Amino acid sequence: MQIPLSWLREYVDIDLPPQELAHRLTMAGVEVGEVTELGGWENCCVGEVLEVSPHPNADTLRLCRVNPGDGSEMEVVCGAPNVAAGQKICFARVGARLYNTHSERHETLKAARIRGVVSEGMICSELELGLGEGHEGIVVLPDDAPTGMALDDYLGDTILDLEVTPNRLDCFSVLGVAHEIGALTGKPVKVPEVQYQEDGPPITGQASVSVADPDLCPRYTASLIQGLEIGPSPQWLQDRLTRAGLRPISNVVDVTNYVMLEFNQPLHAFDLDKVRDKTIIVRRAAPGEALETLDGVERELNSEVLVIADSKDPVGLGGVIGGANSEIGSDTTSVLLESATFNSYNNRRTADTFRLYTDASQRFEKGLRPELAPIALRRATQLIQEVAGGVIAQGIYDIYSESDTPARKVTLTLRRLKQVLGMDVSVEEVNEVFQSLDFETERVDDASISVIPPYWRSDINIEEDLIEEVVRIIGYDNVPTTMLSTPIPYRQPAPMTELKARVKEALASVGLQETISYPLVSLEDLEKVNCTAERSAPLKVANPMSAGHDHLRPTLLASLLNTLSYNEGYNEGPFRFFEQARVFLPRPEQLPDEREVGAGVVSGLRSEPSWLVDNGPLDFYDVKGMLTSMLALLGLTPSWEPASGEENPALHPGRAARIMCSGSQIGVLGELHPSIAERFDLRYRPAVVFEIYLDDLLTLPAGSGRNFQSLTRFPSAHRDVALVVPEEVPAGNVQEILDRHRLVERVELFDVYAGENLEAGMKSLAFHVYFQSSDHTLTAEEVNRTLDGLLRILQRDVGATLRD
Amino acid sequence: MTQSTAQSIEDLTQTALGELALLDNSDALEQWRVRYLGRRGGLTSILRGLSQLDIDQRREVGALGNRAKSTLEEELEKRSQEVSQARLAQVADLERIDVTLPGRPVATGRLHPTTQVVREITDAFVAMGFSIVEGPEVEWDHYNFEMLNIPQGHPARDMWNTLWVDYVNEEGQRPMLLRTHTSPMQARVMESMQPPVRLVVPGKVYRYEATDATHEWHFHQVEGLAVDEGITFADLKGTLYEFARQIFGARRQVRFRCDYFPFVEPGVDMSIDCFSCEGTDSSCRICRGSGWIEILGAGMVHPYVLRAVGYDSEKYTGFAFGLGPERIAMLKYGIDDIRHFYSNDLRFLRQF
Repeated sequence: MQIPLSWLREYVDIDLPPQELAHRLTMAGVEVGEVTELGGWENCCVGEVLEVSPHPNADTLRLCRVNPGDGSEMEVVCGAPNVAAGQKICFARVGARLYNTHSERHETLKAARIRGVVSEGMICSELELGLGEGHEGIVVLPDDAPTGMALDDYLGDTILDLEVTPNRLDCFSVLGVAHEIGALTGKPVKVPEVQYQEDGPPITGQASVSVADPDLCPRYTASLIQGLEIGPSPQWLQDRLTRAGLRPISNVVDVTNYVMLEFNQPLHAFDLDKVRDKTIIVRRAAPGEALETLDGVERELNSEVLVIADSKDPVGLGGVIGGANSEIGSDTTSVLLESATFNSYNNRRTADTFRLYTDASQRFEKGLRPELAPIALRRATQLIQEVAGGVIAQGIYDIYSESDTPARKVTLTLRRLKQVLGMDVSVEEVNEVFQSLDFETERVDDASISVIPPYWRSDINIEEDLIEEVVRIIGYDNVPTTMLSTPIPYRQPAPMTELKARVKEALASVGLQETISYPLVSLEDLEKVNCTAERSAPLKVANPMSAGHDHLRPTLLASLLNTLSYNEGYNEGPFRFFEQARVFLPRPEQLPDEREVGAGVVSGLRSEPSWLVDNGPLDFYDVKGMLTSMLALLGLTPSWEPASGEENPALHPGRAARIMCSGSQIGVLGELHPSIAERFDLRYRPAVVFEIYLDDLLTLPAGSGRNFQSLTRFPSAHRDVALVVPEEVPAGNVQEILDRHRLVERVELFDVYAGENLEAGMKSLAFHVYFQSSDHTLTAEEVNRTLDGLLRILQRDVGATLRD
Repeated sequence: MTQSTAQSIEDLTQTALGELALLDNSDALEQWRVRYLGRRGGLTSILRGLSQLDIDQRREVGALGNRAKSTLEEELEKRSQEVSQARLAQVADLERIDVTLPGRPVATGRLHPTTQVVREITDAFVAMGFSIVEGPEVEWDHYNFEMLNIPQGHPARDMWNTLWVDYVNEEGQRPMLLRTHTSPMQARVMESMQPPVRLVVPGKVYRYEATDATHEWHFHQVEGLAVDEGITFADLKGTLYEFARQIFGARRQVRFRCDYFPFVEPGVDMSIDCFSCEGTDSSCRICRGSGWIEILGAGMVHPYVLRAVGYDSEKYTGFAFGLGPERIAMLKYGIDDIRHFYSNDLRFLRQF
């Protein structure tokens, strides 16, 4: 919302410098985004055209003698068709910095010879001064513009760019902002007086107006001006609109826009001669009706849409936009002026339906008060006559169903004020605040006060709204600052939040970098990781930002691989990434199941390039080591089972493992399937990926986490054992058998061998086995006996023999 | 015999001491010890021959031998110390390495800056008795809007451009969305418990919004809520002031101004004084010369919201607030573009 300070000053005195004013407004809730100074026209002044004569060498140019007000006379070449002797104009001397319409840049004006005649300056257009877009002619100033006055002093202005919150509809208007400034500075506000002669015949005989659907149009007022002449608006009117960001069109239309900016009430002018039977009916559209709106679009209507119709067809979308069929044209002489109140909810729905958000709909949707309609109607009627002439018909139409407008009295008690703010405010102070805001007040008793807010403050509806008015006017700094003193509630248990924090820390502590990526991905990305719709159709976004982000991810894998692939472009690695986030699994008729997953991808060389390190590629066992340590930090000692390619289509079918804890799967680890690595064009192979399912970790039986083991005082004994087993026997099975024994404290696999000296189809596994007892020192004989027993079990269960 | 034995001891001692003076490393010293003092060493062999002497001679020569042994041992000890001290004096030259060579790389992982800042924020409130709760990222319109005093058709809905889930229910409505704020948990939690309530809700939120240096369509939010009998706007000020001090330093000042959110009334927005220029630099990049930096929105819980969850809005009052961890991280670390956060560029992530 652009508000020119010069316009505001018409209603309220402003002593504050613009920046200070902007600050006060902002603190009170009307945020001023920017303060723009209009001006900076050095070497420009108000000039007077003394004489216009033809250019000797060019038909389209003229020579003007200009009085710049300092006793001199200047000769200037001018190409504008509207220049005439006696005009007050914007004169630029040599040295002025102006917008050059040919080079499209700001340039310093130089004396120039134009077709043989020296021009000593320039008469400026809007565009050259930066006042607007106009460049067909020069800016003509009012006759009373003082010749010689610096243009900055005469035309300079300050524009406040307001970022108005949806509740403060009043501040979409200049008068509304003036009222706000009045309240903040204690200055009275002068509302323009409306007075005009109704010299025409009674309106009721000239036009007929009725409202068929008062639920959607609680108030409809109309006036009639006949015999007027359409033309351009006077300069002052054009200037105001331009500075407020609107484009002048013609006098009548400009007035409707002007009054909308001034009072907030959108108005519409119909060419009465184009309204069939001079009859206006406000009604719901009939099925099948259509209307070409002012923007030239043919729109299909439905019965939810409120139209302004003549005796047969719609001529406007109520409160949104007018129809082309009743548009004001250059030959219009009779104007029926509408100022109405429309149902905000319906208005917004109509705007949504047609994706048509106009200055009118933006106001009506926020709920304008019906009291405003006749006030703005009269103001606009007067102004139309002033700028377009004509005769005003006697009386107005005012169709008002008051029952549809709620009562507005709100009562504030000092008890509630204190309960909410935590401070006492006297009834006098409260009263003063409301007075400054032009609220009608009535003191109910010593501790409460009733208020009727003015029509421009449609946002005041409950007691808390009044409390806000009090605190924002007296200032938030005047409220005490206290720490909470109510009892601290019991802590809500948050096991998942805590687990997530521990998982993230554990993953980072084994060397993985946390990433966070967009939870929306493309189907294509999901297909690239073999997460196809047949397996699980992901939830789709109805209005995605882009095609790349239109599905809620059911896996983190695609995101991680994109992260990897992206970083391969900038880095040599090694790459160790994880992300802890939710995946979304659709459920019919319900919100999706949001499951917490910690997933990672690891690839590249084992170490950053170094003169010390013999560097190989990171592989499955590196990541298994990381996860083992990471899970140990969480107090978990998982087991690892070979996993099938079917259950993990993204993984290498021969290099994937289920991570098991207490019999349930808590995750998966494996090399990325080579074909997927191809699709992501990964530079380093293999890429090893994993997923940890936090929801499953959370449901592990109690006691599977950390459990204290007493520290034994007795020494351990160790034996090295090399076992020969069939190649297909997983080392984990052998190790598990050894681990299980109560006297075995620890088992370390230190060598795996197959080849020479071994029977084909066999491999050798060599372990350090540590024996220890918690209650005595083991004898050599005990250790040997235990080992013998273990070997017998190994022989029986996995066909293991001792290697010679 | 005595004479010659005594002489041999004397000779051996002199020889040994002569040699000892020339030795300059611990290996040679050890060899010397073995040669003269070892079980098969020179002195030991001579003393072993004592058995063939008579008792007086044995005593005399024995004493001589023991004296020689102590002398040699003392001298060895002395020389050992000299040698080791000489070696230590030279160790810099002998064992010098190039300390400017790079160290052996160790893998380190870090938490994402958002994770770190969210934790800082929640820690500050946990210390003031708030609990952490989390809620679903995919929400119903009911919780995201309706229960927060933002009914269908309310113009304030424009404040939250929404990403809708492609799901149409039996009534032909599209009721499922990606939450636009973490505020829905206000209603969810209050529905499930009676006051007192003190909680913070960290989490991801989504907006239908074009991205630029200060806007993302996916970001984080920490929502806060405190409801009980007797909670006031003054408490809101104190709690958020304390938060600002914990995050931005104990010297920070705060400032409140009027703002609008449909689920609070009165509604405010809190700024801190600029920690970068402290209001002294009119071209400050952080506060843009204003001396103040907006960091969060807050307000007293709207009575409509309390009533919607079945609380007695005459009895209970409370405050709510919402803040953006990315914005706070950007301020704290001087990050100039929010899009860095979720592009996952290692060159960015490794800086935190």
